[in-house]
Amino acid sequence: MTRIPTRTHVTTTVNGDPVDFLADPRETLLDCLRDKLGLTGAKEGCGTGDCGACSVQLDGRLVCSCLVLGVEAEGREVKTIEGMAEGNDLHPLQAKFIEHAALQCGICTPGILVATEALLKKNPDPSEEEVRYWLAGNLCRCTGYDKIIRAVLATARDLREGV
Amino acid sequence: MTAGRPLPHDSAALHVSGAARYVDDIPLPANALHLAFGLSPEAHGRLRGLDLDAVRQAAGVIAVFTAEDLRFANDVSPSVHDEPLLAEAEVFYHGQPIFLVAATSHRAARKAAKLAKIDVDPLPAIVTIDQALSADSRFEDGPVIWQNGDVDNALARAAQVIEGSVELGGQEHFYLEGQASAALPQDDGDMVVHSSTQHPTEIQHKVAEALGLPMHAVRVETRRMGGGFGGKESQGNALAVACAVAAQATGRPCKMRYDRDDDMVITGKRHDFRIGYRIGVDGTGRLLAADFTHLVRCGWAQDLSLPVADRAMLHADNAYHIPVMRIESHRLKTNTASATAFRGFGGPQGMFGIERALDHVAHVLRMDPVDLRRRNFYSGPGAPRQHTHYGMEVEDFDLRPMVSALLQRSDYATRRASVDQWNRENAVLKKGLALSPVKFGISFTLTHLNQAGALVHVYQDGSVAMNHGGTEMGQGLNQKVAQVAARIFGIGPDRVRITATDTAKVPNTSATAASSGSDLNGMAVKAACETIKSRLVQHLCKKFSVSDKEIRFEDGKVKVCDQVFSFADVVQAAYLARISLSATGYYRTPKLSWDRVKGRGRPFFYFAYGVAATEAVVDTLTGESRILRADILHDAGASLNPALDIGQVEGGYVQGAGWLTMEELLWDDDGRLLTHAPATYKIPTARDAPEVFNVALWDGENREETIYRSKAVGEPPFMLGISAFLALSDAVSACGPGYADLDAPATAERILAAINRVRA
Repeated sequence: MTRIPTRTHVTTTVNGDPVDFLADPRETLLDCLRDKLGLTGAKEGCGTGDCGACSVQLDGRLVCSCLVLGVEAEGREVKTIEGMAEGNDLHPLQAKFIEHAALQCGICTPGILVATEALLKKNPDPSEEEVRYWLAGNLCRCTGYDKIIRAVLATARDLREGV
Repeated sequence: MTAGRPLPHDSAALHVSGAARYVDDIPLPANALHLAFGLSPEAHGRLRGLDLDAVRQAAGVIAVFTAEDLRFANDVSPSVHDEPLLAEAEVFYHGQPIFLVAATSHRAARKAAKLAKIDVDPLPAIVTIDQALSADSRFEDGPVIWQNGDVDNALARAAQVIEGSVELGGQEHFYLEGQASAALPQDDGDMVVHSSTQHPTEIQHKVAEALGLPMHAVRVETRRMGGGFGGKESQGNALAVACAVAAQATGRPCKMRYDRDDDMVITGKRHDFRIGYRIGVDGTGRLLAADFTHLVRCGWAQDLSLPVADRAMLHADNAYHIPVMRIESHRLKTNTASATAFRGFGGPQGMFGIERALDHVAHVLRMDPVDLRRRNFYSGPGAPRQHTHYGMEVEDFDLRPMVSALLQRSDYATRRASVDQWNRENAVLKKGLALSPVKFGISFTLTHLNQAGALVHVYQDGSVAMNHGGTEMGQGLNQKVAQVAARIFGIGPDRVRITATDTAKVPNTSATAASSGSDLNGMAVKAACETIKSRLVQHLCKKFSVSDKEIRFEDGKVKVCDQVFSFADVVQAAYLARISLSATGYYRTPKLSWDRVKGRGRPFFYFAYGVAATEAVVDTLTGESRILRADILHDAGASLNPALDIGQVEGGYVQGAGWLTMEELLWDDDGRLLTHAPATYKIPTARDAPEVFNVALWDGENREETIYRSKAVGEPPFMLGISAFLALSDAVSACGPGYADLDAPATAERILAAINRVRA
């Protein structure tokens, strides 16, 4: 009952930096990022993979970090919202979200940005319908989504046109 | 001019980089404990036994508390002390907290809480409105009844009386940030609490009572919430008090956050209603009388249910002059989570009643629903003024020109014709188009809450720190208020620092609720800034022997006749001259007088208006629906920040449409909430938002002297979502001769059933 769980040593890369930590094998990647690495940009909105607030990229693939174990990051590359800007230079998506007022309380914003960046890498010219489908797994309770969709489409256009 | 500019949310740069800190992100000392509640497995029963041995022995558990362990007040109610933190002899709803576990991690606390052996002797549970009615289970002695004229007499004389009844579901707030709190013990028994709350003063109050301390020994800080929507007006009390009690007992910092499922089970939601209506009309569609019955499911404790039910009654007219009116409001007590504040605070339910009734009336009279509505609007400027059913003169009725403008902008007439044509030509997909107006009363109906305070410091370098009693939950309140401060000092908003809401800086604040945030706090900050500014002006007048009319603050400069100084230089000089550069500000809303018991008076300072037209489509084979287009014109007065205000309008509409079209709460017969996670409770996603969404602000200004003639904008747009429901009703009515008679939310099942009804 009171068995102390084994700690596993995890070596991984987070936002380009080599990182290692000790994780209980049952701990989620989300908890490891937040509690062990102090990266609190990914949020727990539901803990069941339905809201997208904990979105991160694992080897370039969009995942809900609440559904991935911390130990699964071993030897892989994790990218979080904290790695999106280059120093003080915001990623074009981040800048466009501010410009379009595509956020309110801001707690879903990191997940939506991480998810959107993954979309634009995969598909630099998404239709509005594709953006809406892609983001259907990221809940936002404040904005009503329209400004988010506009910001994503505007960023995609700018990136294609090399603005 | 700074106020009025569409500046981004003050934390936007932090939001997009993941650096904005919410309560759960605040680093705590390594010895911090994490808390979880053990919950009632029954909706109603006597607590016979509670075996917590296994909980106490579980890994990581440091302390366990029951009601008996609480040294002082066991109470988290925001109203009548009927809501214990931990259940005593009886449990009243499934999910009610019974005991509290403090452990070394969140997971350890939650796991341990599941190990309790809770022995409850079940008692009959009252879950539904019908059960509550037949058991006469209610708050107050009987229904609240407001009458304006003799409704039976007026209905008897009407050309036609249309009667009906509609079910109206509740709504889960689904703030993306769940409830969270942290308490840190201080010197000499003091407590500092971080809380995701819309009401820091109430948290302070409840924590002080629970710790047996005066309020000055408790400091509550709220930097931001990840959404509130009313769900953090009173529902954060339990977590904050739990953290404080555990922190006092253990001497260690304590944090509590609800897991999403727990949050949905434990906390209250929007009140669900059943609304009965009898509407009397003359031959031309003019409303003669209305008789409404509101059956309100309040849950087990009173919380804020009485003022919520009052506000529903206050909005039973929406935008229409109904000369004779009667409303009977039953506040029913049930063994479900205590329903609470939610954006609109009962107003949406009251408004839905009349809009849904008019939908029915238009169908029966074969009248264009827009014509019916316009025919019954309150009189506009220029015409003799009319009074609401509670006796308030409607002085500022702007909806007539707003509706005309929206009909034109949205190309309504042409689209009406093309929707009708589509419906003639298509058997499977049926379209609907509907317009609905909003008239929403602004002010707390509990008059004493309409006050606010602020604290403004100007530092020697000319930078300004601003604090007020309002809380930031995403609405951009702090930015709007900072723009007020910047405008008064004639400096850029970047020179104004927004600081966390803090009960040690501004005391005795009201909840950031009732859409009042910028109205109240903007005025309080303005008062504080003007005090400091007038000191600076006096100082300059004396120093330069000029009159105050020769001094201007603009563009970061202070112009004294033809001399120009930087704001910072003026401030520095004032400091050296020993002028105080700090001030408090205070504001109370004028003109209010409201007798709640009689239901008469002026509960509102003014009204905010809006109008929406929604086009939707239903699949008659599956009942599925989709919003195709929404056009909105909303009245924010002279907007303090159009970007933020339009954000409120868009988000409000989608949330309101979600409430009425897809968000369905279900309880089983034993009172268990079945829809307690996003897997089963569906809020709108990016795919559900309107495909075409045209939103504009009405170019007007508040006729009352509010902060720069702006209007409150938090709640009113929520009710624009009623047009989405009415569009679905219109689409269903296109399937056959009958009236759709839709209940809300209009889920696929309900739409399919309604289609079968109209075809019958």
